[in-house]
Amino acid sequence: MLLFLLSAFAWVFRPPTRFRLIIENIRSIGVDSLSVVLLSGAFTGMVLGLQGYYSLRKFNAESFLGSAVALSLLRELGPVLSAFMVTGRTGSAMAAEIGSMKVTEQIDALYSMAINPIQYLVSPRIIAGLVSMPLLTAIFDVVGIYGAYLIGVGLLGVSSGSYFAGMQSSVVFHDVWSGMLKSVSFGLIITWVCCYKGFHALPRATGVGQATTESVVLCFVLILIWDYFMTSVML
Amino acid sequence: MIRVIDLHKSFGFQQVLKGVNLDLETGKITTIIGGSGSGKTVLLKHLNALILPDRGSVLVDGVDITKIGESALNNIRQKFGVLFQGAALLDSMTIYDNVAFPLREKTKLSEDEIRRKVEQQLNHVGLQGAGYKYPDEVSGGMKKRAGLARALVMEPEIVLFDEPTTGLDPLLGKSIHQLIRKMHGAFGFTGVIVSHDIPEVFKISDRVAMLANGVIAEIGATQEFLVSQNPIARQFIRGETEGPLTVL
Repeated sequence: MLLFLLSAFAWVFRPPTRFRLIIENIRSIGVDSLSVVLLSGAFTGMVLGLQGYYSLRKFNAESFLGSAVALSLLRELGPVLSAFMVTGRTGSAMAAEIGSMKVTEQIDALYSMAINPIQYLVSPRIIAGLVSMPLLTAIFDVVGIYGAYLIGVGLLGVSSGSYFAGMQSSVVFHDVWSGMLKSVSFGLIITWVCCYKGFHALPRATGVGQATTESVVLCFVLILIWDYFMTSVML
Repeated sequence: MIRVIDLHKSFGFQQVLKGVNLDLETGKITTIIGGSGSGKTVLLKHLNALILPDRGSVLVDGVDITKIGESALNNIRQKFGVLFQGAALLDSMTIYDNVAFPLREKTKLSEDEIRRKVEQQLNHVGLQGAGYKYPDEVSGGMKKRAGLARALVMEPEIVLFDEPTTGLDPLLGKSIHQLIRKMHGAFGFTGVIVSHDIPEVFKISDRVAMLANGVIAEIGATQEFLVSQNPIARQFIRGETEGPLTVL
């Protein structure tokens, strides 16, 4: 699996550079996942606002709602949940598409036309994953913050000023940067695992389904494990 | 000229090829026949190194393609066109783009020149006007025709056909055979066909080889093959259940 990744990176730097495919995959990973990221970001923020408000109220600390929401989203929930959404929405489709190409000999057809399928199919997806994930995470974070604002300030009466002031005083650049770094690494994990599983789908009726399921489960597990290690290093 | 020497291939514990030796003559159409699961497609995929052998060699114009690097192998592969069993058209592209794909990837032709070549190929295979359709919008026969157009668009020296008529009705199958013969007349490629469409495939073959029990059991010019006294070849051609070949 590691060799597969190294090979995909090696092919990025060998001509021809496939800008068109990279853009197409950014559209597929980024734009097509946007609606699900917006929706999940909004509701994650809303539930954080709700839970955060009632938890903080026990300590008369409702004014910390903004900072609690922002730190949770920027450091952990934004990168992890948006990665889960992209895995479910795009990663599974990626594994299924490449798996189906394997089973129907389209990958053999690429080889037979002297076109390396790793360069053609995998490298552009990995680049697109690295570019798209931090953007989607940033959108998730912003929507989540406004989702919590809607509940905390709009519904439960927290002061708008204290919501944003608390956020401003507690969030530092390191929080944003560490979240973005995580999202880049999750983009790599998703595209790497899903392409690998699709590429190695067994040539039988259940092969594509099995590859898709395995890719999603493995992505979820790896994202959580890698998140722990990154958090422990970057704290 | 393609020469296969002592080719062995196993998948797990199943030994599929047990020492295949075969010479494929330049400019001729050779058909490889054999029972289902006898390893015909496996043998075919060794010819352009889509599968690598456990032991043995495949020489293409004197170069052993089982022992060369990717760059050299790609140069050799450009001599080949392949019509896959299910046509293997890239389903994210239209038929036109599928046929244009190798030209865009491997040549520096302008889009105008590419259009001219693609339209010419689509006309050859009777798909004029169908280029805008996606593979899932056309019939199995049209897919095979499109696959054939893509296989021939680079005017390759060698064309491999993996069961070109499987899944088609007899009339469509016959039309694909006629098309292969017509294109062979036009381009003069070396053709290798894997098929069990007997006796139809014999009409377009110059030579026939029979793969059985992991080796070439019989080979010869088509007319000689049809009167072969080899019991395996005779049983297979006549479709008899009793004989040296185990049916079930």
